[in-house]
Amino acid sequence: MEYFLELFLGGLTRGSIYALIALGYTMVYGIIELINFAHGEIYMIGAFTGLIVATILSAYGFGTFSVLILTIILAAIYSAAYGFTVEKIAYKPLRQAPRLSPLISAIGMSIFLQNYVMLAQTSDFVPFPALIPDFDFWEPYSHILRSSELVILSSTASLMIALTLFIRYTRIGKAMRATAQDRTMAMLVGINVNRVISSTFIIGSSLAAVGGVLIASHIGQINFFIGFIAGIKAFTAAVLGGIGSIPGAVLGSMVLGLTESFATGYVSSDYEDVFAFLLLVLILIFRPGGLLGRFTTQKV
Amino acid sequence: MMKSMASRNGWLFVLLALGIFLWTASGAMAEGVLKIGVGGAHSGDLASYGLPIVKAAKLVVEDVNAKGGILGKKVELVIEDDVCKPEVATNTATKLASEGVPIVIGHVCSGATKAALGIYKASKIIAISASATNPELTQSGEYPNFFRTIASDDAQARLEVDFAIDKLHLKKIAVLHDKGDYGKGLAEYAKTFIEKSGKAQVVLFEGITPGAVDYSAVVQKIKRSQADGVIFGGYHPEASKIVSQMRKDKMKTAFISDDGVKDDTFIKVAGKYAEGVYATGPKDTTKNPMDKMVREAYKKAYGEDVGVFSINGYAATQAALNAIQKAGSTDYNAIIDALHNDWVETPLGKIKFDAKGDAIGVGFSVYEVKNGKYVEIAN
Repeated sequence: MEYFLELFLGGLTRGSIYALIALGYTMVYGIIELINFAHGEIYMIGAFTGLIVATILSAYGFGTFSVLILTIILAAIYSAAYGFTVEKIAYKPLRQAPRLSPLISAIGMSIFLQNYVMLAQTSDFVPFPALIPDFDFWEPYSHILRSSELVILSSTASLMIALTLFIRYTRIGKAMRATAQDRTMAMLVGINVNRVISSTFIIGSSLAAVGGVLIASHIGQINFFIGFIAGIKAFTAAVLGGIGSIPGAVLGSMVLGLTESFATGYVSSDYEDVFAFLLLVLILIFRPGGLLGRFTTQKV
Repeated sequence: MMKSMASRNGWLFVLLALGIFLWTASGAMAEGVLKIGVGGAHSGDLASYGLPIVKAAKLVVEDVNAKGGILGKKVELVIEDDVCKPEVATNTATKLASEGVPIVIGHVCSGATKAALGIYKASKIIAISASATNPELTQSGEYPNFFRTIASDDAQARLEVDFAIDKLHLKKIAVLHDKGDYGKGLAEYAKTFIEKSGKAQVVLFEGITPGAVDYSAVVQKIKRSQADGVIFGGYHPEASKIVSQMRKDKMKTAFISDDGVKDDTFIKVAGKYAEGVYATGPKDTTKNPMDKMVREAYKKAYGEDVGVFSINGYAATQAALNAIQKAGSTDYNAIIDALHNDWVETPLGKIKFDAKGDAIGVGFSVYEVKNGKYVEIAN
């Protein structure tokens, strides 16, 4: 039972990170039907920004808690700027182009950003400071629960709630839902579609950056390539849950994280990816739209 | 234009043919020369392994010739390229055999070495490799004419297992690897050796996914297996993630790994969690005065630092020439006897070859991370 709980919590933690990244994929797809393959790199840039900010703040003697909060906020802002710029440079000029063009442009952006960080920083792995202090829980739970897992789970949960409220009740949230439903119609009723798209990129990028900083602090190391695998997994999770659906992305991420964790724990870590992608294939066969997605025929 | 090109090519061809003829003729005519072959990758993407061995061999030969040569003859190197490809290596071997060399320094890659060895065996030629680490080459017993001045892949796994069982007294060992050729091969040897020892058991044998977001599930599994030690085959990025996660979970389980982890980046990235981690790596020979001398001579002669296998290549050439000197002739059996029985002073230390052809006195040491540095603790 204890083993099960440990695997369950590990899976949820992994799922939370996927969810923070998957939301960016799913929101961008929901609004402009583009798969933003550069999104994994935004997560990686978030982690690198976090490293730089945390190092500077610690050098100036800030306390642990303020370093954590400020690092997350600054990394989110900086990555949001990157997400915004990527959209303006690589996708906006191609808004009317055939659907394949922005997709290729996204892949190009992803490779560009990887190489850019590799050249600007280093191709080596670099240590990342533990921003979340380890503290012991009371006895029977002390070795099941870990403080960094708890922080990751709770911050993901609160960000999800905040995002849901934001989309349901704010002006820009309503505009986003309207644009997702019908872009032309939204334009006709006076919604500034370009501003809606920009805010989607900004929100998605900041969430990914938060994920990047949290997981980097949990694992303790980063390099320029981490965005690739995390991005692919998060994209898979978004498809699993039904791409375009926000609760779907969260559900898909959790299902994927738990599947990987239990496959490793009860079968063998050799089969971690096998089970994860087998699950994806099965779900796409029986529910082509994903777990919570709407079923519509799409050409990508 | 076409005509002049053709005629120019014709002339070139004639000159080239003449050149080759003259060159072979001079070789055949020169009595009193002892020819030693050098086979390996001297071009292509693995040339950085082969060329430093050639350069090291040249240093030894110059040194020996300056002192009057061997058996009253000057030593001459016959250098042939195999690009590390087995199909090319058979040609290379045939060429060297037709030159009549008694010994070949090489080859560089295990695959190419194996292809060449059959031909050498038939022609009664001895091969001494500085870099082919595949265990089968010596252990299959098929090639009594093969020797090497580098430890084989399984020697590292053997050292890890002996260290875990005899020094750390571990009883339950989890063996993990990164699914790669090198890491998995090493882990499989470690598993076999642990099972054969009868003193400990393998409680977990698994491949992890390199680059995964985290390894908490694997770490939980190690914990549940109640292993008192982990042997990991692979490289430092995965190792540092696993070790950090284990230590954060307050697991005191010993962690033993290979020369893919014996890297300063590992200590830098794992930080305080690296303390107490064991890793095997090539024996530290830099304190050996001869090693220092070779490094300086190499730098002086070629204006660059020694390559990966230069020191091993230097030792191989020394062993070859010494064996001929001791045998007093280029007789196949006499040279083999000398290689097995006579100690040679080399930059790797004092070496001779065991019954299978592996160098005794060459190998790996166990290092432990102490105060942020790898310290040699056992070998």
